[in-house]
Amino acid sequence: MSTRTKELIVLSIVTVFCIIVYWFKATGRMHGFQFSTGMSIVVSALIFLSLVVVLILTLKGRLIGRRLVFLYVAIGVSLPFFMSITQEIKISPEVQTLYDGLAELPTGSKVLVAFDYDPPSAPELQPMAESLLRYCFNNDLKVVVMGLWPQGPQQANMAIEAAMRDESIASKNLQYGVDWVNLGFQSGNEFVIQRMGSEFKSMFPTDYAGRPYDELELVQNVHNFSNIDYVFNLSAGFPGTIEWVQVAVDRYGVKLGAGNTAVQAPQCYPYLRSGQLIGILGGMNGAAEFELLTGFTGKGTKFMLSQSFAHMIVLSFILIGNVAFIIDRRKKKSPIR
Amino acid sequence: MEHIALWVAAFLTLGIYSFLYKDNPWYKLCEAIFVGISAGYWFVTLFWDNIYGKFWLGVFPDTTTNATGEIVYVSTPDYWLIVGAVLGFLMLLRLVPKIGWISRWPLAFIVGATAGFYLINYFSSNVMAQVQDTIMPLFGVGYNASVYDIIGNVVIAVGTFTGLIYFFFSKEHKGAFGGAARVGIFFLMITFGAAFGYTVMSRMSLLIGRMDFIFGDWLGLIG
Repeated sequence: MSTRTKELIVLSIVTVFCIIVYWFKATGRMHGFQFSTGMSIVVSALIFLSLVVVLILTLKGRLIGRRLVFLYVAIGVSLPFFMSITQEIKISPEVQTLYDGLAELPTGSKVLVAFDYDPPSAPELQPMAESLLRYCFNNDLKVVVMGLWPQGPQQANMAIEAAMRDESIASKNLQYGVDWVNLGFQSGNEFVIQRMGSEFKSMFPTDYAGRPYDELELVQNVHNFSNIDYVFNLSAGFPGTIEWVQVAVDRYGVKLGAGNTAVQAPQCYPYLRSGQLIGILGGMNGAAEFELLTGFTGKGTKFMLSQSFAHMIVLSFILIGNVAFIIDRRKKKSPIR
Repeated sequence: MEHIALWVAAFLTLGIYSFLYKDNPWYKLCEAIFVGISAGYWFVTLFWDNIYGKFWLGVFPDTTTNATGEIVYVSTPDYWLIVGAVLGFLMLLRLVPKIGWISRWPLAFIVGATAGFYLINYFSSNVMAQVQDTIMPLFGVGYNASVYDIIGNVVIAVGTFTGLIYFFFSKEHKGAFGGAARVGIFFLMITFGAAFGYTVMSRMSLLIGRMDFIFGDWLGLIG
């Protein structure tokens, strides 16, 4: 049997399996499953036992293929979804200061949330956005949403919809234009922030849905950053937190908190130390910590176990890879000696 | 419709991940769809936001009828935008080889304006504020810092100083100078390691997001 035939057979089996599972889900005959705590520990132990076997094989000179590494990472990321064990989350000082900055705001304060990311970064930033909005709506803070990335305002709408599903928030009967507005996307990167320092309306003459700025009660008296009490930037790159610090903070004295993807977070930490940022949420870990502080457990917390498992597997393979490297180097050196 | 959307999303997700096995037509199809849709999306977004939304509506605003029945603009026309539009048009002249040199004028404007804007921003935010934060007192009247803070301040000062020495190439890295440069290398390596660690964390988060979609939203296996 040729390799192509084998591949097609495997693909067909997987497809049929997925169709059957989906059919069960769509007809309501299956509602998902979860391992018990004991079973979760056994499954975890088995994964790490198999990694020990891989290490032993490597020590014996039998190297594994890269596809097996991918498979391990996929298993490490996926299995924790089905586990019922929880991970302890500790609050970092930078998350605490960010939260404290929010907690100090009196009722009715205006919070500007800049959604500077798109769907690829949503797994890290959407949980931050949802818990932030839930906190704001629950504590009667007024929210003004905008985006320097075209898909940012759409991400904002999704986060707002998720927050509005909470019973405590739904019961408040929050009104668009009064309790929150979505000003939409504006192109121009950091120059948009610069112009907002003079007049918001010049950059956002209408909101996301095309309603004139002056008809939105919440922002009728908002002319520039001096009318905003707190700015929160959710950023996945350029334009993002760095531009907000350079223009909004250093020129207009804005109080800025940031939620960043893990890739971007190291670039923003110097601003935290210098006080240009009051706090920072770095990656999924930051999202989970913020969820813990705000009391809204969401996907940030849920995904942390997967994150930790994946990290353990990456660490194991770094160790295994180095063992293989050292053994290979010794083999190459031995004839010269 | 929701079922179709889920299956299309799953098909594309698995198609992209199939590259991990090997390059294949499924992956190529998904990649081509992604590139095509991204290009189209950006074109449409920039056209409607910039050319129509900013330029056209800026110069020719919509009109409305006021209380006296008079037709008036909803906003004041901004004719300065025509200057920007002309510069933008000149940029396209690089497509005509004979007069392509004219495209350097708008380019010069962009380079000059951006350089001026960034010079001030970077100097203020990334030089002055950061230098000030690097040189912190260890102790003194009215200065309240824990032992950890003081150690952190020393580490940052040493790391910045030795890192700068490493990038000073006018003197050979020998003796005490070479030793300091070597310390700088260690700081740089730790920095790159931390940045790489964060990058791994970020990439894993993306994978987690897609796996959650596959097992949760699509197959509904997560309880």
